[in-house]
Amino acid sequence: MTLLGHLSLWLAFLVGLWGAVTGFVGGAQGRADLQQSARHATFALFAALVVAVVSLEVAIFRHDFSLEYVAAYTSRNLPTFYLWSALYAGQKGSLLFWATVLSLFAVLAQLLTSRRHRVYLPYVAGVTCLVATFFISVMLFAANPFQRLAFAPLDGSGMNPQLQNPGMVFHPPMLYLGYISITIPFAFAIAALLSKQLDTEWLTAIRKWTLVSWLFLSIGLLIGMWWAYVELGWGGYWAWDPVENAALLPWLVMTAFLHSVMIQEKRGMLKKWNLGLIIGAWLLSIFGTFLTRSGVIASVHSFTQSPVGWFFGGFLLLAAVASFALYAIRLPLLATEARLESMVSREASFFFNNLLLIGLAFSVLWGTLFPILSEWVRGVKITYGPATFNFVNIPLGLVLLLLTGIGPLIAWRRASLPNLRRQFAVPVTSGVFMLLILLVAGMRDLGPLLAISIGAFVFATVIQEFARGARARHRQYGEPIAFAVVQLLTRNRRRYGGYIVHIAIVLLFVAFAGMAFKTETQATLRPGDSVTLKSPYGHLYTFTHLGISQYNALNREVTAALVEVRRDGKQIGRLRTEKRQHVDALGRPTFEPSTAVGIRSDLREDLYVVLGGLVNGTEEAVYRFTINPLVWWVWFGGFVLVIGGLIVLWPGGGSAPGARGRTQRAQAGYTVKLEARP
Amino acid sequence: MKAGTKFALGAVLIVGSVGYLMASGIKQTAQYFLTPSELAQRVSADPSFYDLGLKVGARVVPGTVQKEIATQTLRFHITDGTVSYPVIFRGLPPDTFTDSVEVVVEGRLQKDGVIHATDVLAKCGSRYEAVPKA
Repeated sequence: MTLLGHLSLWLAFLVGLWGAVTGFVGGAQGRADLQQSARHATFALFAALVVAVVSLEVAIFRHDFSLEYVAAYTSRNLPTFYLWSALYAGQKGSLLFWATVLSLFAVLAQLLTSRRHRVYLPYVAGVTCLVATFFISVMLFAANPFQRLAFAPLDGSGMNPQLQNPGMVFHPPMLYLGYISITIPFAFAIAALLSKQLDTEWLTAIRKWTLVSWLFLSIGLLIGMWWAYVELGWGGYWAWDPVENAALLPWLVMTAFLHSVMIQEKRGMLKKWNLGLIIGAWLLSIFGTFLTRSGVIASVHSFTQSPVGWFFGGFLLLAAVASFALYAIRLPLLATEARLESMVSREASFFFNNLLLIGLAFSVLWGTLFPILSEWVRGVKITYGPATFNFVNIPLGLVLLLLTGIGPLIAWRRASLPNLRRQFAVPVTSGVFMLLILLVAGMRDLGPLLAISIGAFVFATVIQEFARGARARHRQYGEPIAFAVVQLLTRNRRRYGGYIVHIAIVLLFVAFAGMAFKTETQATLRPGDSVTLKSPYGHLYTFTHLGISQYNALNREVTAALVEVRRDGKQIGRLRTEKRQHVDALGRPTFEPSTAVGIRSDLREDLYVVLGGLVNGTEEAVYRFTINPLVWWVWFGGFVLVIGGLIVLWPGGGSAPGARGRTQRAQAGYTVKLEARP
Repeated sequence: MKAGTKFALGAVLIVGSVGYLMASGIKQTAQYFLTPSELAQRVSADPSFYDLGLKVGARVVPGTVQKEIATQTLRFHITDGTVSYPVIFRGLPPDTFTDSVEVVVEGRLQKDGVIHATDVLAKCGSRYEAVPKA
């Protein structure tokens, strides 16, 4: 089987090269036979890589420890559930997984793109094949998952316990799907540049794909946050770790694109900017891969330092030079069709939203690289920690949140004063009202005050939009209000789905603000001892240490501690937290011990209990108790975000027209449309 | 004023405030990241280099780890091979903290020559790789 896998990798390599050559040449010379061949090459590439993946999985499930990869990441006692995720637990396997997913997207791009965008497909096949070939060559020449050991060990080393969490089965694939699928919009951008078909056609082709990868990336980030929260035990979900940043960077850039693309559709402006964003987002995804795999920056996620990183560094450099050179050559074709007219217009607010998102992305990038840069330039390493990230990004984020509310309310081109008054009266009142409530309630922290008040403002704008739309339908078609809301969502998915995403962003910001009120205490308790902690809502929690139990389970020795929780004296439940020592098949310890966190979550706050250890093997236990306000809303906000994204993405209905009637639509913005009733 | 000029001003304002935030953020919250040798050098060159927030990356000296679980106090020495510093930390060490692991100690060097840590990060260079058996 491993021979088959190795051979299919070589086959994939050759097919990929062929697809790249035929794609570019076929596209440039307009040769139908080569174009067809490139299309088929993506199918063959996918097939060959699937064979390689299946071979590796078979080796993993058969415990074929003669394979270096299988011996390094699995063991006989690894639960079956995690056996299949061993495919991407290590560097080499994850490269194979990456290439395979990319080839799957390459096939989907060929199959799902509508006929009117055919002209781009050969180039898209060329770009996707080329990128996949790069990944395959890294495997073949530097990190082959099918490498054999001289002697097969009796058992493998096993999987890191921190990866043995249900998150492992969902988080990496989702994040990979997001990360990898950015290649498709990038391929379309390159295709548009090469074919010189740079009208609004390419935008429609590209927009949905960008939305797809944006959505997968969002899901991946959210599951990653959840995983960090429940597994790592430090009590938070975001630490500005370089690898978190690496995933956030393309997300920010794609978010910017999804907004600015509307300006290009409606007004024919910002063409250069939009293309630049897509190319930038893709380069950032490769850059992130370079960061994680080169060991340049220390991070919880990093793989062992390896030469693979330099493959990525070189590839990044080449790809950046090639794509920006092409971009520069085509710049004359990207002239704008209109100019910005007024500061008080939808275009202007989108333009500033874009600047802020890119500013945010830049500050995150800068912060991630700062330790290296400072060492190069000044010879001393200076850290850029979470405190610095928060210092810079919270204000930017708050202004961005404000624009989330302002943007949709302002008319295209130029907003009039009555228009502004009509649009802003209710939302601004809501925001100010919320601010007053919070001040009266005694909140004095600037960040959360602003986050929640601006959140209320944005929330009110969305409600107002839905209410007006539903009322208009109610008057025009006599639909009941509830039905009219559903109709709005189905008829104009893009706009109203977008509003739902905005609601999700508000929820997330408010939830993030909640973390400002996190409280924590550490205590060493004998069985029966208690410690109290006051929650930010004024409740008094009492945690009582009940006892310790120790037992063996599956592939680990568990030390479990049980805590009784009382709120204001009333018992509300028990929490359990564990220390786990993973063992191999012979019962010898492997890896360092890991922690299982005890979490009790409700709408207001999470109780988060971590067992630190036992005092000299007695039942006296060291605990950390944390109260994390509003964490539930992060996950709920994430859920709403995904629903909103899916509504926008769902095929049919409500996609914007192409070039047709662009200027007319721009003038007949929705505010005008709603007012113009008999 | 022409709309174009206003836009340029708006853009400059945004770019400027991003830049300003980053510069002052670094000034106020960024910390030195030093090895024990570099720290010793700084201290000898500038005797007032105490009680400053900094991070020190080094290796735990095997056999120096003293855990007092009852008071949650952790004492150990760190070294980069040439200079060594004692560290005191109150709190829960990370799971990955063991004897001889690579650590990043965040805290302040006090006049007593001890680094009073506010945070200890165990850098497991092989997080995703199996630990080689001794």
